Amino acid sequence: MHVDVAIIGGGPAGLAAAITLRKRGIKKVTILERECNAGGIPRHCGHPPFGMREFHRILRGPKYAARVVEQAKSAGAQILTRHSVTELLPGGELKVASPQGLLTISAKRVLIATGVRETPRAARFVTGGRPKGITTTGALQSMIYLKGLSPFKRPVIVGSELVSFSAILTAIKGGMDPVAMIEPGQRITARHPCELIAHFKGVPLLLNTELKEILGTSKVEGITVNDTKTGESRDIDCDGVIFTGKFIPEAALAKLSHLQLDAASGGLEIDQFGRCSDANYYATGNILRPVETAGWSYREGHVVGAMIADDLEGKLSDIKDASVLCRCEDPVKLVVPQRIIPGRTGGFKHLQLRVSRAVKGELIIADNLGREWKKKMSVLPERRILVALSELGILENTGTLRVYFKE
Amino acid sequence: MSAETGRFSRLEKHNIFDVAIVGGGVVGCAVARKFALEGAKVVLLEKGRDILNGASKANSAILHTGFDAPPGSLELHCVQQGYKEYLDIFKDFNLPILKTSAFVVAWNEEQIIRLDKIIKQAHQNNVSDVHGIDRDCLLASEPHLSTHALGGISVPGEYVIDPWSSPLAYITQAVLNGAEVRFGYEVCGGQFDGENWLLNSETNEDISARFVVNCAGLYGDYLDQFLLGKSEFSIKPRKGQFLVYDKAATALINSIILPVPDERTKGVVLTQTIFGNLLVGPTAEEQDERNIAGVTADGLENLKSQGEAIVPALREMPITATYAGIRPATESKDYRIFNYQDKNWITAGGIRSTGLTSSLGLASYIFKQYSETTEPLVPPTEIKTPKMPNLAEHEPRDWMKPDYGEIVCHCEMVTRREIENAMSSTIPARDLSALKRRTRATMGRCQSFYCTARLAELMGGDADE
Repeated sequence: MHVDVAIIGGGPAGLAAAITLRKRGIKKVTILERECNAGGIPRHCGHPPFGMREFHRILRGPKYAARVVEQAKSAGAQILTRHSVTELLPGGELKVASPQGLLTISAKRVLIATGVRETPRAARFVTGGRPKGITTTGALQSMIYLKGLSPFKRPVIVGSELVSFSAILTAIKGGMDPVAMIEPGQRITARHPCELIAHFKGVPLLLNTELKEILGTSKVEGITVNDTKTGESRDIDCDGVIFTGKFIPEAALAKLSHLQLDAASGGLEIDQFGRCSDANYYATGNILRPVETAGWSYREGHVVGAMIADDLEGKLSDIKDASVLCRCEDPVKLVVPQRIIPGRTGGFKHLQLRVSRAVKGELIIADNLGREWKKKMSVLPERRILVALSELGILENTGTLRVYFKE
Repeated sequence: MSAETGRFSRLEKHNIFDVAIVGGGVVGCAVARKFALEGAKVVLLEKGRDILNGASKANSAILHTGFDAPPGSLELHCVQQGYKEYLDIFKDFNLPILKTSAFVVAWNEEQIIRLDKIIKQAHQNNVSDVHGIDRDCLLASEPHLSTHALGGISVPGEYVIDPWSSPLAYITQAVLNGAEVRFGYEVCGGQFDGENWLLNSETNEDISARFVVNCAGLYGDYLDQFLLGKSEFSIKPRKGQFLVYDKAATALINSIILPVPDERTKGVVLTQTIFGNLLVGPTAEEQDERNIAGVTADGLENLKSQGEAIVPALREMPITATYAGIRPATESKDYRIFNYQDKNWITAGGIRSTGLTSSLGLASYIFKQYSETTEPLVPPTEIKTPKMPNLAEHEPRDWMKPDYGEIVCHCEMVTRREIENAMSSTIPARDLSALKRRTRATMGRCQSFYCTARLAELMGGDADE
């Protein structure tokens, strides 16, 4: 099977890219979605707010997902569900499994938009057995919103990212009575006024509280937590534990391929056009970094879709390979894009940065010619920091850009 | 109606088995298979909802040559018999094998000195292809190994197998050839009348059997105490924690990396799994509880740093899963096999991590002891052998064949067809734990983020293990 653009992943980013590509007149745009339905994560976020940026109204996740899928379909994109890409080969050839059998798809360009998932309990090294009642927000949402199943009654929510508050709403929707939300830091990770969700729903928000152990052998019977200030520990009664957030890009496919990954973001390394180390491959959405909203991913999908259309029209053919590498140093956790081609404007007009902890001081971006870009700021983890590439004035012979913080 | 029921239960009472096997771990499954193939009327009694609910649930899945087993020990005998028999039968069952070989790696001068003794012992154990390997050759074969390695031993015959499909294959073959299995059957008492045993359970009907084989693993000593009034050994539960790395990590080693054992412990092993992951473990922690096998943050951190010291590139690799298991160690290093001839009772106790390899050998050893005291049996005229579904990463998987319905678990590429087959097989999966072991569903990197709900739906609403 031959296509112009194969898009791996039918979430907001992949669907948006398909819409743009079709609008730009690219003929054969095929989305490969491994689930039985396209739409991505919003499909099982049964609560608002989605779609403010895209549709100028507030929608629940499933309705939003359905609308984006509809848009892509009516734009003329082909959506193949139950198609799992199993291998990425150089030049744009894909090995795909489908219920009809194995197939090979040759694409002029491939866009990887496989999104993110939450860090499960295993990788968090939490003491305890394996009782029933331990899950992630994503799994809980699909249980409650897609299948009407309710695995427990009184869960504790671990974490305080945006998704953690989604976990509260999901639990309540499932008829549960969350016992507490716990956060080891002294403030919530999500933006104000998210904590009001916990407040209005009557869920105690326990700051400076760290999970030490899960209790129970066959079923969750409680947890032991530590006060991070006093070191005192105590038990909390509950019958479920929801691990929320700590998103990681779903880069399994890329990891086993020839494409260059970025250890800092956990996703694919790209340039300002969204191109991977093999220029036939592009990436967009949350595969690039944990984690942005559906709205952001949707917009990023449009941006990279437009870049691919430019590319297919020959507008990128004169780009030289010489690029400047961006390298971040702790507490700067990640920088996207990681490669910049000097003197060219791409779809990514900013460097996207994140920090690993709350920091106050000066963000510095330095090249090896001794030039520095500086800005004073105070930032929290999981908050987007944007630095306009136009401000940096990256030169041909810049070499490597160091992105760091002076506290 | 009631008369019929009455007659039926009377019939049941006279339904005397040749042998009742208590415990559905790997040893119990292999023993059931052996006895069934020899023509015995077999019942296996397992208190859990599935086989492999105790010590057999968690191990390192290595098929051992016995190169480092104590010379002359029963363990060595059974490991080597079991190794040989597995190689004879695995193809018939469609079971996988990963011919990895192993290196014992020395990290200091003191360990280098001990290598000669290990080679001598291996040769004494008739594992004659074991040989020393210098640092350069070792690092050429294992380019990701830390350069602190000083040298080692090559053990070409150490392989990796599927720790769950193998015992499942054994018990399935037993059942196909006439054996019965009772799940949820916890033996809580019994009497021997000089000829037959009558075993009782609180929740199930009594079972009559001429002979009993105690394969109760972590509870083997208790069973002997309850039914024989004494136990000649006591279980000293030893917990082992493991780390499972992402599939991308598998490429970092070619062979199993074994440490030089010291007096106290065998140490931490790095091995590929048959499912294409990289495994680091186990820890060795003495504990009192036999039914609690939790991981600890410290234990896992410690394994992580040990693994990274051996293969530094593991630092960049994500961890997919963690687990802990309990090994039924005893006060003695060797297996504890006791034949109580006057009681028609054999106990197979203290079978630790080598049990996966030795179980087939143990089964023959136990059957031999049994057959010396009884009339000859008549083996079935035609022996049935099940073909097991393949879960090994290096062999063709179900998703590669059309009409699989849908992929339910994307990380491990588990199809709906595999799940439906596992739920309707000879020994069907009746809960999520059983389904995981038969299909690998939820065992991958997302640990059920994507597939929990669909799986729960397929299993009829059982949303959790």
